[in-house]
Amino acid sequence: MENNVFISHEHAKHICDKMQYGEAKFSERIKLSIRLAWCKLTRTYSKKNSRLTSSIKEAEMNCLKDAEREKLQRQFEKERRKL
Amino acid sequence: MTPNHKIDPNHWITLYSDYLFNYTISRVNDREIAQDLVSETFLSGLKSMDNFRGKASERTWLTSILKRKIIDYYRKINSNKGKAEVRMQYNTTSESEGDWLEERVADSFDTSAEGVIENAELGDAIYDCMSKLPKKQAHIFKLKTILGYDTETLCNELDITTSNLWVQIHRARTALATCLEKNWFKA
Repeated sequence: MENNVFISHEHAKHICDKMQYGEAKFSERIKLSIRLAWCKLTRTYSKKNSRLTSSIKEAEMNCLKDAEREKLQRQFEKERRKL
Repeated sequence: MTPNHKIDPNHWITLYSDYLFNYTISRVNDREIAQDLVSETFLSGLKSMDNFRGKASERTWLTSILKRKIIDYYRKINSNKGKAEVRMQYNTTSESEGDWLEERVADSFDTSAEGVIENAELGDAIYDCMSKLPKKQAHIFKLKTILGYDTETLCNELDITTSNLWVQIHRARTALATCLEKNWFKA
C-alpha cells in the first residue's frame, strides 16, 4: 500500500473499514481525511459505512458464542434421538 | 397459497440459532434465559413438525413458536410477581388513603419503550440482511462485529490472513449497508 499521503479509493475504503473497529493507525486516519476532503465517492462510502456501524450499535445485536451454539446443537441432537 | 417451503431440522441450529437468539435477548434481556427459550423453541419445532404447512418459511414458523415461548415466559414471571405483590404492605393512614392505587398502578413515565422495540426490529432487519450473505462472510462478520474478536485472534482461529479477513469484512459490510438501505432506511 502507498506510503504517499494520497491514497486510492480502494485503500481509503480499507482504512474506513478498519476505522469502524478502531483499528486504523494515526497515519492511516490522516490519509483517509485527506482523501475524504476531495473525493465524493469516498465520502459516500464512509457515510454508508458509519451508518451501518451506528445501526449495529443502536440495535445492540447479540449472537451465540461458538461454545453456546455447540451446546445447543448437542441438546437438540439428544432430544432428536429420543423422538 | 400453495405450500412451497420445506422443513429440514438438520440445519436449524446453523441457520436460525443466531437470529432467534438475538430476537429473544432483545426481548428478555438475559443471555441464559434467551438460550433456554431458543432451545425450547427448536424442541417444540421438532415435536410439531407435522403441523408445518409450508406456507411460511421455516424461520417464520420457528419465530412464531418462539414468540409464544416468550409470552409464556412473561406470563410465568408476571404471575409470580403478582403473588409477591399481594403480600406487600401499603400505607393505610387516612391522609394518604387512595394514593397507593395511582402510585402503584400507573405506568411510570417512560418514553424509551418505543425505542427498545425499534432497536429490536432494527436488529431483526440486520439479521435478515446477514442471512443473505455467504456463510463464511456472515460468520467472519459476526465474530468480528458482534462478538468483537480482535483481528489477530480471529485470523488465528479461522486460519486466514489479515488481508483476507478485511476483504471478507469489506464485502459483508458493503452488502449489509446496501441491504439495510433498501429494507430499513427506505422502507
